[in-house]
Amino acid sequence: MHIIEAGNVAAAMGIKLAGVQVIAAYPITPQTPLTEKLSELVDSGEMDAQYIPVESEHSAMSVCIAASSTGSRAFTATSANGLLYMHEQLQWAAGARLPIVMCVVNRGIGAPWTVWNDHQDAMSQRDTGWIQLYCCDHQQITDTVIQAFKIAETVRIPVMVCYDGYILSHTYMPFDVPKQSDIDRFLPAFEPDWALNPACPANLNTVTLPDIRPDIRGNIAPGYMEIRHNLHTDLRRAIEVTADVDAEFTEIFGRGGNPFIETYHCNDAAQVIICMGSLSYQIRDVVDLLRQEGVSVGVAGLRLYRPFPDKAVAKALAGKKEVMVFEKALSYGYEGPLFTDIKAALYGIENPPAVRNFILGLGGREILTRDLYKTIKAECSQTQVKQNDPVFIGLKL
Amino acid sequence: MRDDIIEIRWHGRGGQGAITAAKIVAEAAFSSGYGGVVMAPTFGTERRGAPVLTSLKISKNKIYDLSPITEPDMVLVLDHLLVEEMDVAAGLKDGGLIIINSPRPPEAFCFPGMKVATADVTTMSANAGLPTGIVNTGIIGAFAKAAGILDIETLAGAIEGEFAGKNPEKNIAAARMTYEITHIGGA
Repeated sequence: MHIIEAGNVAAAMGIKLAGVQVIAAYPITPQTPLTEKLSELVDSGEMDAQYIPVESEHSAMSVCIAASSTGSRAFTATSANGLLYMHEQLQWAAGARLPIVMCVVNRGIGAPWTVWNDHQDAMSQRDTGWIQLYCCDHQQITDTVIQAFKIAETVRIPVMVCYDGYILSHTYMPFDVPKQSDIDRFLPAFEPDWALNPACPANLNTVTLPDIRPDIRGNIAPGYMEIRHNLHTDLRRAIEVTADVDAEFTEIFGRGGNPFIETYHCNDAAQVIICMGSLSYQIRDVVDLLRQEGVSVGVAGLRLYRPFPDKAVAKALAGKKEVMVFEKALSYGYEGPLFTDIKAALYGIENPPAVRNFILGLGGREILTRDLYKTIKAECSQTQVKQNDPVFIGLKL
Repeated sequence: MRDDIIEIRWHGRGGQGAITAAKIVAEAAFSSGYGGVVMAPTFGTERRGAPVLTSLKISKNKIYDLSPITEPDMVLVLDHLLVEEMDVAAGLKDGGLIIINSPRPPEAFCFPGMKVATADVTTMSANAGLPTGIVNTGIIGAFAKAAGILDIETLAGAIEGEFAGKNPEKNIAAARMTYEITHIGGA
């Protein structure tokens, strides 16, 4: 059934359908309406879950870690500085291999204080060992939240579902809320291969020696390095798992088919813009206009950011004349983090495209479609493309 | 930028319910076959009473650009005093429509090259039994009459859906009564 609601409600619908058992959250703009909606659903009995209000985001993730360790399906959501406050526990959740799902309603981080959208919050958690998925519209939010649990539980790695603050979280549009019976078929109850159990007490993630050693049963136990290596290799395996989960979802619901990159007019394009989140959809209208003018341009929206689907990226961008990486984040002191990743993915291929970096929309700076049109048109008409420092769009210096 | 999208900007004051009004129109449009509807409130640091605005885009096709409207086809003003405080017609397309909640006739407003419609939504809503100052359903009646995109029956149905269990009758009455007294000026 289609409903018209805000993006935060689209997330709440997905979480309800996914049969989440424990929710722990602390409100922060623009995530707040999502946790309010979940608390209402729990209070009214529409959702059979424990809602645990906590005093901070650090505690929210701690509760999720505890709940997930007992085999429960656990969820939280946050934004910006709330996510930063969780940082220690994010690393822990990934290292402990707990399939927690969290919505990150993307917002710029302070100082100076801002409540508006950019991607710096999630990007700054890039190396925590979490999977990161980005959404372009409300349908993707609902569908991705549900898929996230399946991915997380298959590889035992936590997943962030990221969507743009305000631009998606507070904007209303129609989306389909899947039937519970179909979701139950796609995502059965979580049956962990291990969980904390009072009948059989265990210590988890205690001090682990640098080297391997025999455990109390005489079996060789991995050292720290083996455990972290396995997190990495399982994250790399998660690329394939994400594609499998998407294929299974598409078969039941008829939506999906682009687990890594959603392309628009890219096949025959000489120039391709690549970016994440709602921006890639906004640029579709610019591509339409430029195509009418005979400009050979396309846009690609990256859906999976970590693990980085480098092979799919290289395949999508090989043979292009130029790739423009549009980002709402910076690796301060260098360039956009996605720009670095894209260049690395293209390293070593024959005749690689020129790659250029554009920074925009920081702290909610309005991204005007006509500014995008002007920038992209000017860039496409350049005969000689030079790689250089990031270009800021909409900057008023 | 796309010519298949009808862009409607709503001006109101914080607490006046402009977002609810736009959402009701979005629901009515969607149920009438407009598959693409997007309603995007613009967020600043509003308090009750401060000017606020909301963008509503309507199309038969999916809408991909969620950015705020800069060149609307139509503007709705829930409080006529806003006309003196700001340029409510900013970016309005030539021949565009401005619908104002005002006891004054359309001729009292000067928007060269634009079409103006007025209705005393505040009085009609009070007559319909709503608390003083609740105008977000009444204005929908003026929209039905002046815009001619969606009929009053469809919009009344959407009001009923939005206010299910919360006194929909008076809200529907406010819309219907405002519909009857909406004045449309010449271009």
